Formats: sequence, C-alpha cells, structure tokens
Amino acid sequence: MKEELIISGRMNYKVDPSLHIWGWEIPLYLFLGGLAAGVLFFAGLYYLRGKENEYQSAVKWVPMITPFLLAIGLGALFLDLHHKPYFWRLYTTIKLQSPMSWGAWTLMVITPLSIIWSATYIKDVFPKWDWKYKWVDDLVAYFIEYRTQLAWIMIIFSVILGIYTGILLSAFNARPLWNTSILGPLFLTSGLSAGAALIMMLSKNPLERIRFSQIDLMLIAVELTMVIHMFMGFRASTEVQIEAAALFLGGPYTLSFWIFVVFIGMLLPAFLEIWELKGNHIPAYIPAVMIISGSLMLRFIIVHAGQASRYLY
Amino acid sequence: MRYAMAVDTKKCVGCSDCVVACQTENNVPIGYCRDWVVEITHGTYPQLELEIRSERCNHCDNSPCVRCCPTGASHYSDGGIVLVTEDKCIGCGACISSCPYDARYPHPDGHVDKCTFCIHRVQKGQKPACVEVCPTKCMYFGDLDDPNSDVSKVLKKRKFKTLIPEAGTKPQLYFLI
Repeated sequence: MKEELIISGRMNYKVDPSLHIWGWEIPLYLFLGGLAAGVLFFAGLYYLRGKENEYQSAVKWVPMITPFLLAIGLGALFLDLHHKPYFWRLYTTIKLQSPMSWGAWTLMVITPLSIIWSATYIKDVFPKWDWKYKWVDDLVAYFIEYRTQLAWIMIIFSVILGIYTGILLSAFNARPLWNTSILGPLFLTSGLSAGAALIMMLSKNPLERIRFSQIDLMLIAVELTMVIHMFMGFRASTEVQIEAAALFLGGPYTLSFWIFVVFIGMLLPAFLEIWELKGNHIPAYIPAVMIISGSLMLRFIIVHAGQASRYLY
Repeated sequence: MRYAMAVDTKKCVGCSDCVVACQTENNVPIGYCRDWVVEITHGTYPQLELEIRSERCNHCDNSPCVRCCPTGASHYSDGGIVLVTEDKCIGCGACISSCPYDARYPHPDGHVDKCTFCIHRVQKGQKPACVEVCPTKCMYFGDLDDPNSDVSKVLKKRKFKTLIPEAGTKPQLYFLI
C-alpha cells in the first residue's frame, strides 16, 4: 500500500492549514449582486415587453431596492479588502483577463443605472415626491425619454453582473471545486431566481405573483439540472475534481449543501409553488424566503468549500 | 532572460536556513514566510522514502495570479520574476486564491506579499538570500537563457520535476530528483 505523509513548515495567516482568505464578505456580495441583477433583469425585460402597468412591482418599485442591495454589497466588498486605502486602483486600469476587474467596471455601470431607473419611477410610486431642485427634475425627465435604451443596457449589464459572480470563482483553476464553467450560468440562474422570488414576495398583484411563481419554477428546474451536471462533470474529471465533488458527496459540506441549497432552496419551494398554482393557498413569502435563503447559502457554501478544495502535491 | 531556480531534493536536509535567511533579508513579518520546507514521506514502514523540498513562489510563465489581478499590481518583472507593486495592490485576495501553490499571503500592512527571487540582490549580480546561505548548496539560481548559468548546467545534467504541471502554470522552480 502506498501512503504519503506531508509535513509543511508553512503556517501563513489566512492561507494555512487550508485557504480561508475569503470570509462572509465575498459570498454576501455575490448573493446581493446576483439578487440585484435578477431584479433589474426582470424590470428591463417587462418594461420592454410593455408590461409596465401590468407588472408594476417588477418594473417600478422593487428595482428601487436594488441601489441599497448593491450599496450593501459594495460595502461588504470594501470590508473584504486588506489594503483599503488603495481601492481606487480598481478604477485606474481595465484588465480584460481579470474577472474582478470586469466586475468592478460592471458595478460602475449598473449601480448608477439602478439609481437612475428608480428615479424615473419615483413619482409613480410616491406621488408626493419632490426633487426640490429643478435641474434634477429636468434630468429625470430626460432619462424618462430614454427608458427603452436604459432597459436594454440594464438587461445586458444585469446578465454580465449575474454571470460574473460565478466566473469570478470559476476562473481559479487552483481551486478545483470552483474551476467549472457551469458556475457562471448556475450563479446567474440562482440570481434570477432570487430576483423573481423577491418580486413575487413583494407584489400585491395576484397575476404578477403567478407569473413570477411560474418563472421561479422554470429557473429552479434549470438550476437543478445545472447542479446535477456540475457533479457529473466533477465525477468524470481529474482526481482533484473528484475530491472536490466528494466535499458534497459524503464530505463535510454534504448536509449543508443538500439540505439548505437543494432541499430548502429549490425542491421545497418548487413543490409549494406547484401546490399553489394548483389552486391551494400558500403565503407567497414562504417559498420566496426559501428561494432567497437557498441562493445566499449557495454562495456561502461554494465560496467556503472551494477554498477547502485544492491540489495536493 | 528567464530566471529560474532548481532545488536538489537529494541534498536538501530541511534545515530551514533558507526560510530564516529570507525572513531576515526581506524583513518578512514574524509568523509569516515567503519560502518554506516541505517533507514528504512515501510508502509504509519499513519501505519508506523521504523527499525534502525548499518551496517558494514558482514565478510561473503563465501565472494565474498576474492574470486575475484586477489592478495590475501583480506583474512580470525582469526575467519573468513575478512581483507585487505594493501601492497598486488593494488586498482583494484574488491572487492568493488563484495560486495552486499557496505561495502568497496577506501582509499585515494590507498588500499581498510573496517571494521576489530577491530581485534587489539579483539585479546587483548576487544570488537570492536562500540560495546564498544554503549549507548543503542544494539550490541553483540563474538565467535559463544562458547555457552557462548554474541552473542551466544542473538542469542539463540531472533529472527534474516541477510541481503541479497539470495546473498549466509553467512553473520555473525545478526540483532535482
């Protein structure tokens, strides 16, 4: 029998005995970014489909939460930096090969865009709203004229934001669990699903709720397919990826992943939504909260488990 | 010019002189290290085989850390040496996650830190501190493009391996076996 015992003299902070450079800040940001991307995507989509008045929550008022979601996410990102006074260096260069650089610039577009989009609808949602300054009124009136263009840009950048949160991780081939190209689409789908769940939860319109419940069902089916494909890919890959998959298939993350992400985050809400679409009454917030918490847990578990997966040499 | 280092696993006794020399030369904060010693025991008793390696940043030709750095702080310098510009580094940790060798760490001052192949010494024609102090002379440093450099000569003579070549990083730290 061949055995191997490795003793390393290295014990660097946040690197040894296993990598833990990213704590709660990055997964929280990935979740909030994905959630905001989901909400903004549907706002843009249903505006362009002319459903502005039919789906008022999706188009008009739920997007007003996104500047706050993005601000909290950016705050978490800032807290994660070890060399905080130099954060502005992100914006002195564009590095095409660095997903983090793409993300920084995408946020630079989508954060102001979410504020502008919200501003154009603020008088619809709060009729007594007064901008106080005429130039702000003029500026908002100017943007209202270009809503179609704004919606298109918002759809494109929300997809980039949603998918980049996964690509950020999948670009690291040093961490076999992250190094799968399905992570980008999986995080995008999870973000869209959480966004749809938030709209469903906050909407007062039954037709809108049903529409977003149907959307969520479809997205959950896509997510489940991707999760299965991810593990099939790992199991058919090299030893390091087989070991990475083992973290979820009997390893230390098995219970948390399958219970919090797959069962509570996908299967149970899907079941409840089918139940409701069949005519039974289930408070909308129950499946919605489950989907959103599953989306959050997915980020936390993947970020933490990924750091535990590595090459052994 | 392409700087590289070779470590003779048959000569290394794991004394950690290289580690201490590096910490002193580069003012590495207490509790951290830019190079380290790994001891690997293969087999079961009594058929045991021990390999001792002095490891550090591999100064890869295809460095994932340089690729993923969002600010350009991680970059290639003279002879392919991979360096971090401290006042460009935001300490995001992307490069630390990207390194399959875990050769980088967050410096207490905030920026990311790692082996520099002692570029400040190399530019003066000296050897890196770890190579200089090794009591068994198990380390070789030099320019791979120069056939007469220590590292070129020893790699011509001896069998060698690199660590995790399957990661595609094209590492420039060679281990003589």
